[in-house]
Amino acid sequence: MKYKGRYGNYGGFYVPEVLIPALEELENAFYKFYEDPQFTKELDELFKYYAGRPSPLYFAKRFSEIVGFKVYLKREDLLHGGAHKVNNALGQGLLAKYMGKTKLIAETGAGQHGLATAMIGALFGMETKIFMGVTDIERQSVNVHKMKLCGAQVIGVEGGTGTLKDAINDALRYWTAHVSDTFYLFGTAAGPHPYPAIVKHFQSCIGIEARQQCLDQIGRLPDMVVACVGGGSNAIGIFSGFYDDKEVRLIGVEAGGRSLAEGKNAATLTEGKIGVLHGAKAYLLQDKEGQVFDTESVSAGLDYASVGPEHCYLKDTKRAEYFAAQDEDVLNAFEALTKREGIIPALESSHALAFLMTHKNEISPDTIVVANLSGRGDKDVSIVEKYRPLK
Amino acid sequence: MKTYKEAFSQLNRAALIPFFVIGDPDFETSLEIVKTAIDSGADVLELGIPFSDPIADGPVIQKADIRAMKSGLKMAKALEFINKIKEYKDIPIGLLMYYNLVFQYGIEKFFIDCHKAGVNSVLVADLSIDDSDEISGAALSAGLDTVFMVTPNTKPDRMELIASKTTGFIYAVSVLGVTGSRNELSSHVEGLVAKIKSITDVPICVGFGISSPEHAVSVAKAGANGVIIGSKIVGFVEKNLNDKTQMKEDISVFLKSVKSALSDNIL
Repeated sequence: MKYKGRYGNYGGFYVPEVLIPALEELENAFYKFYEDPQFTKELDELFKYYAGRPSPLYFAKRFSEIVGFKVYLKREDLLHGGAHKVNNALGQGLLAKYMGKTKLIAETGAGQHGLATAMIGALFGMETKIFMGVTDIERQSVNVHKMKLCGAQVIGVEGGTGTLKDAINDALRYWTAHVSDTFYLFGTAAGPHPYPAIVKHFQSCIGIEARQQCLDQIGRLPDMVVACVGGGSNAIGIFSGFYDDKEVRLIGVEAGGRSLAEGKNAATLTEGKIGVLHGAKAYLLQDKEGQVFDTESVSAGLDYASVGPEHCYLKDTKRAEYFAAQDEDVLNAFEALTKREGIIPALESSHALAFLMTHKNEISPDTIVVANLSGRGDKDVSIVEKYRPLK
Repeated sequence: MKTYKEAFSQLNRAALIPFFVIGDPDFETSLEIVKTAIDSGADVLELGIPFSDPIADGPVIQKADIRAMKSGLKMAKALEFINKIKEYKDIPIGLLMYYNLVFQYGIEKFFIDCHKAGVNSVLVADLSIDDSDEISGAALSAGLDTVFMVTPNTKPDRMELIASKTTGFIYAVSVLGVTGSRNELSSHVEGLVAKIKSITDVPICVGFGISSPEHAVSVAKAGANGVIIGSKIVGFVEKNLNDKTQMKEDISVFLKSVKSALSDNIL
């Protein structure tokens, strides 16, 4: 490998030998094409005409009223597919095409990345397999159906708790056996190098746009940028646009699940300690011996025991702060945005809003916040119905 | 303590190396099984410590890991297990495991404790040669040998690097893929062993997918110093969970058949 893929102590590529050549090939291709004029032109056009970028920055006036400060939403929920995941899927899909790969595989939790990959598989005419935990298949059945409609094969993963971690395990195993013709379209800014760098690059459009939109629409930078963190791709995408603006607080919100007890949440940065899983050194929810905990969250997309290595680094260097939002508060936020703005947010994105609602007393009224509305909540309607049945 | 070097040089044929997950299906049965394997002709042992997320393993070993973990197998127990095996017979033991378990234990302490228990080497499945410095120093200074993997897609210059850092044996992975028994022996074996032999004198043991006496003989004929058989044998555990006598019988019969085939093929 050309680079170590380190973020301080974190990151790296802790994978079996058989995967090294594939990661090497990917690293080579990424650094060859990511600034290539033809590649960037093609990707920019796909972003604009296929995905619907730039996504708007929307002042959520009536939501702002209940928290007492100004909240702007970066509307990634309006993109094709309903989430920011399409940015990365287009970027990596195009990279796969430039590399001459004909088959795509991907893991998915909430199904948003699976759906994005299935869309791009259809768009580029590539055979697509999506690995998804059986628990997630059940709770995100709408997305499963959409993936199948796009022509993807959805492979149910039974190991562990049947969630994202298990889906990644099986996708990695499958990739091991099919490295020569298959591109692993990894969904979040975690996993072995070069994935954290690649995913961040293709998601950085969120932060670049949001920063410029703040300047154009508000006339100044925000005081705070808030995003949910599972693996951390939407958060790293929006944070990266504001790294150099030291006065802007960057806040990541993890899944506090039912409680902060072991196995009842996915609050990796808040509750975990450094370990090695899925190719990277990162904070990890694990027992004393290093066995990885099962996780729990109302949102399938954040239900993950590890987290992107760059977030670990941002936490340690205090450039970003991380909090956990619990399921009940997340559901409150989901309802609040829906009732006050007519916007149904994904349960993942609702974590960012939940932080604003639960911390509103600590945030002064003249504060301007940009919250990344990473996805729309259509997929979550039946889950919310289970927790909070309509009367 | 018998070294790999001694074990390989004393044989005029390829070594028979069965793999088991420590504590599968429970501590006592696991101990009996491994003793049975020794009595049935194992020359070296490859033992796994169960992990929650074994990404290099297929379904059979994954299930074995789950059984062992459910039975309460912890690191201290695993080391006690190895100690007991060593008391039974001085046979070289290689561990096959995942990095996070070593990392959480504390790398230096882990290798020291492994050496005390009688372990000859630790192969960390998800630690490639690029980061081997994180463990190699600790392993060597604790008195262990190093073992690393070479796969069919490993490039020659990388193979040389791996060989230069290996003091025990090269674990040649016969397939592109995870562990699991297979009907056909991988077509990569012959070429892979030949390629490794052309660049190093370090002993070579071949594993992944070896499932029959015929496979073992082909591997031996290719020039390997050892034949590692995992999923096929662990499958006998899974198949006979309700009949431990049959479990041991199946393992014994299979290992003896492989041993006899290897013995007919003196190098």
